[in-house]
Amino acid sequence: MEIIVCVKHVPETAEVELKIDKTGRDIEKSGLVFDINEWDDYAVEEAIRIKEKLGGNVTVITVGSEDADSTLRKCLAKGADKAIRITDKRINTSDPYIIAKILSKTIKEMPFDLILTGAQSSDDGYAFIGPALAELLDIPHVTLAKKIEFKDRSVIVNRELEGGLEEVVEVELPALITIQTGINEPRYVSIMGIRKAMKKEIKTVSIDDLGLSETEVGIEGSWIHVSEVYIPSIERRAEFIRGTPEEVASKIIEIIKSRGVI
Amino acid sequence: MELLVLVEHRRGEIREVTFEMLTKGREIAQKTNSRLNTIILGKNIRDKAEVLARYADRVLMIDDERFEFFNSDLYQQVLSNIIREVKPILTMIGHTSYGVDLAPSLAVSLNIPLITDCLDLDIQDGQLTAVRQMYGGKIYARLNVRKSESYIATIRQGVITASEGNLKGEIIELPPPDIVEPVKKKFIEYVLPKIGEVDITSADILVAIGRGIKDQANIPLAEELAKTLGGVLACSRPIVDKGWLPPDRQVGSSGKTVKPKLYLALGISGAFQHVIGMKNSQLIIAVNKDPNAPIFNVAHYGVVEDLFKIVPILTEKIKELKKKTS
Ligand SMILES: Cc1cc2nc3c(=O)[nH]c(=O)nc-3n(C[C@H](O)[C@H](O)[C@H](O)COP(=O)(O)OP(=O)(O)OC[C@H]3O[C@@H](n4cnc5c(N)ncnc54)[C@H](O)[C@@H]3O)c2cc1C
Ligand SMILES: Nc1ncnc2c1ncn2[C@@H]1O[C@H](COP(=O)(O)O)[C@@H](O)[C@H]1O
Repeated sequence: MEIIVCVKHVPETAEVELKIDKTGRDIEKSGLVFDINEWDDYAVEEAIRIKEKLGGNVTVITVGSEDADSTLRKCLAKGADKAIRITDKRINTSDPYIIAKILSKTIKEMPFDLILTGAQSSDDGYAFIGPALAELLDIPHVTLAKKIEFKDRSVIVNRELEGGLEEVVEVELPALITIQTGINEPRYVSIMGIRKAMKKEIKTVSIDDLGLSETEVGIEGSWIHVSEVYIPSIERRAEFIRGTPEEVASKIIEIIKSRGVI
Repeated sequence: MELLVLVEHRRGEIREVTFEMLTKGREIAQKTNSRLNTIILGKNIRDKAEVLARYADRVLMIDDERFEFFNSDLYQQVLSNIIREVKPILTMIGHTSYGVDLAPSLAVSLNIPLITDCLDLDIQDGQLTAVRQMYGGKIYARLNVRKSESYIATIRQGVITASEGNLKGEIIELPPPDIVEPVKKKFIEYVLPKIGEVDITSADILVAIGRGIKDQANIPLAEELAKTLGGVLACSRPIVDKGWLPPDRQVGSSGKTVKPKLYLALGISGAFQHVIGMKNSQLIIAVNKDPNAPIFNVAHYGVVEDLFKIVPILTEKIKELKKKTS
């Protein structure tokens, strides 16, 4: 089984106070810690498990700058066999359609049975690139997978619907599947493991190598353009309880008592 | 101009996101002097088309057993033809498990620009603009979509308030379409959620933990608080994904919707998919280290503090109180 996994290197923002950058079109990224997109971590794990069971190779691909190598190295340390980074200053990396086009050009030249992507990216959250890429490659896709099983030349996938409901679908290979969190338990890799993976090569590819032009991968070829980002105006801001932990605890109890909760 | 809304239905019910989109659609139709079309594919759906006629100028209906279950492959083939014929300036699809399976490949195949997961939309002078969230809801973005004669947008569920329909739309039944391309995907069955031992939807008090709990070993701390309060432990999705609590404890779009008397959120950031499942709780108190965590936009009371400093003291104080009163 030849498996390709698309991965994105994203900033961890859950616990950070974010600021808008000078352009007003993105957040200030300096000082943020970057790592593999959470959904992609599950996708890489799923690919490696399939390889361990059925044999084959896992190739991880990203479109991004050199910084993204740390994410690719992490995937190699987990058990991916090859890593490719498409990198070029002319790429408008904020447009998901462009990323899908570049990935499809890259993958078209490669052998594969299965492509995995995350269900969505944690920064932009478009949930677009997986199925868009499948369409560009003219292969079927299944999104939001919670379970994957192989049956001859097809795959049985449990898709997550709303409210805890799932549906089971069968899809012919080659196919693209987008992975939902919780499908497996991603393995942990040690610093030592990542260090060992330093020796593995990361192949870099430019848009010229892919035969793409600047108009195709720049602003002109984009579908969407962020005009402004902002911190949301507060609709119903909480009343803040301040003081020492002791005082806070007493005030919480007062509030819930006054509401008749206890 | 024409607008088009795709009806989402499952297991006999039109899903609420449909009416939300039709409400937005009516607003845009009035402003741009457009006709609002809606399309439903399914089996035995005449009664649904009649309901929908109150919400749109035209209901296009394809009643065919091949559409008994959602299948994005089939939908894509049929919708491509409809969009080519109707030529809507905007097609709206729910940003749901169905919509995310359908919209991207449909847009790519038609070469119509798509913008996903929109909270709001506007068309002015033929230009589509949208509002979205990024970074788990901490940041909002305003976007322009490349100027086009036709756009597709997926709309986040639960954001727009659906209003009642008072139109008398025309129902147009379309003939069963030819499916020319091979369908490589097949629906097999639904799997219903397992019935667990606790029902968080019937609890008056929920203590809900999120990724801020950090380690499985810390869960008893929150469990003890829940027990002392006479409540039940619930959680955000990552806690279930890690296998620390069973799926029946999960609150949110892919979990349960709850409305307890008290929802105490500990170390939960307040991502939309979580909030949609708990925002109607009677009293929400959130403890989070980050003063800008989106959870504070829905909480009535907020505590910006390390949960590990608050939880043990709170548990102790409630125990004392209960001793006194008993
Ligand atoms: C299709 C789909 C469906 C989904 N369905 C659901 C769903 O049903 N339910 C759901 O919950 N999510 C769902 N999600 C996931 C959702 O988008 C978020 O990723 C998730 O809700 C985040 O959980 P969290 O708040 O626990 O974690 P995080 O976002 O990582 O937040 C952790 C928070 O803890 C705080 N914190 C850390 N340490 C401490 C401390 N010591 N004291 C106090 N605070 C601390 C941090 O400041 C942060 O705000 C879904 C996503 C998708 C794509
Ligand atoms: N720059 C990128 N390089 C490679 N894959 C990506 C990139 N951005 C997104 N992806 C893949 O596409 C998925 C969905 O991303 P998105 O459509 O942005 O929500 C991610 O989970 C990744 O698997």
